Amino acid sequence: MITFDNVTKIYEGQAKPALRGVNVDIDKGEFVFLVGQSGSGKSTFIRLILREYRPTKGIIYVAGKDLSTLHSWKVPALRRQIGTVFQDFRLLPGKTVYENVAFALQVIGRPTREIKKVVPETLDLVGLSGKGKRMPDELSGGEQQRVAVARAFVNRPKILIADEPTGNLDPATSVGIMKLLDRINRTGTTVIMATHDSTIVDQMRRRVIELDAGAVVRDQREGVYGTA
Amino acid sequence: MRHTLRETWTGLRRNLTMTIAVIVTMWVSLSLFGAALLANQQVDLVKGKWYDKIEVSVFLCVPNVEGGQCTSGDGATQAQKDNIRKVLEANPQVQEVYYESKHEAYEEYQRVYRDSPVKDVLTESTIQDSFRVKLSDPQQYLGVVEQAKSLPGVQAVLDLHPVLDPLFMWLNALKWGTLGMSVLLLVAAALQIGNTIRMAAFSRRRELGIMRLVGASNAYILTPFLLESLVAGLIGGLLASGTLALGVYFIIIRKAATSITTIMWIGWHQAFLAMAAVLVVSILLSVLPAFAATRRYLKV
Repeated sequence: MITFDNVTKIYEGQAKPALRGVNVDIDKGEFVFLVGQSGSGKSTFIRLILREYRPTKGIIYVAGKDLSTLHSWKVPALRRQIGTVFQDFRLLPGKTVYENVAFALQVIGRPTREIKKVVPETLDLVGLSGKGKRMPDELSGGEQQRVAVARAFVNRPKILIADEPTGNLDPATSVGIMKLLDRINRTGTTVIMATHDSTIVDQMRRRVIELDAGAVVRDQREGVYGTA
Repeated sequence: MRHTLRETWTGLRRNLTMTIAVIVTMWVSLSLFGAALLANQQVDLVKGKWYDKIEVSVFLCVPNVEGGQCTSGDGATQAQKDNIRKVLEANPQVQEVYYESKHEAYEEYQRVYRDSPVKDVLTESTIQDSFRVKLSDPQQYLGVVEQAKSLPGVQAVLDLHPVLDPLFMWLNALKWGTLGMSVLLLVAAALQIGNTIRMAAFSRRRELGIMRLVGASNAYILTPFLLESLVAGLIGGLLASGTLALGVYFIIIRKAATSITTIMWIGWHQAFLAMAAVLVVSILLSVLPAFAATRRYLKV
């Protein structure tokens, strides 16, 4: 589903590479934790998958497409296959929960009839049935993140990327979000989650890829957060 | 589609003050631009097709035209015409002689007086044919004029340059003045459009970020911004067209054309041409800067 083939990324004007010769293969339906200190290259890894940047060297395949030769006008089509969740939720404050989720479908031109059917279904899935009319600031942090997950998943993407999704949440709420991501993963969606939360990584026992100073230093099946 | 139109409308309302600023700048600049076009057409109309090529016009006798060296009731004969041409060409002051036939003269007359009630006063048989003379030194016209006047078959000899040049000087000053001002204002309008789009994109950066993230197409993201400036530009263009129409009607058709009847004045035909040009320019000048600005500030 995602392949990094000897990928190096050096940001313009910087001497030190953000990623150095990274080789990673992520299969369809996998659940992968991306761990490492701040500045270790996790965000760069994610942004390269989203084709926000091009790699300086190496080749990246996402959902069967070679991103280095992908035309920029085809990038929207790529991103429709990837759902993204962030630490800061990134909801639109002026729109209701329902509208926030529907927005993701509207802007890619889905018909209203489909939106009316899929959005409530997805809100049910993330455990927000009946809260469609609430505004984001009326919700708790955990609920807001559920809205963000609903928005990322409403289009049924092949890949779900979560960048520190529990970073702003307390441990109990985080567990709820992790259960949700696990459920989404069980539908066959590939999930990649960058995190600092050692408890969660240790509990879930999924594949762990650790980055340090831009290089992969560990790639472990059923891994834990720290080097065991 | 409905979304795009709604976004355009919201955008126009949200940036109402900037939109008004763009409309007013476009309005004033395009009015000046249109005035320059009208001044240019006025000059062309008065000059006709000969003015820039020749100095002296030698009009020939035709039946029913009196005066000059005409034999009453008769037109100039072919022998007289040949003689006139020979004499003119022999004059060292003369650089070139053109003959304008009745047919050519009639076509030019129909073109210039297209919108005028005198359009049908002359017919192809009653219009005068002429020799059009280019001088080697335009200042030295008197000798040629005097000589031509004395030739049989010549009805009248005119050199319009001393009469019309002062008028053209004013019209040209008007043309270049308005053109210069309109260019400056159009540059201002283009920059304003760029700035408006930058502000609109900045104030909506959350929304645009999410659109990009979930894979909204570039066209979907950019179209409302382009439409927004197109609407503002077109309103400015329409207001400028209205201003030109009122200007032509009240200043030219009602005033100048009735008080100064010795020269031909521009009318609705030229006004419509100028208005069409203004509308085309308003579309280009709103879409092109908007396109440049969206490429710069809305990178996908």
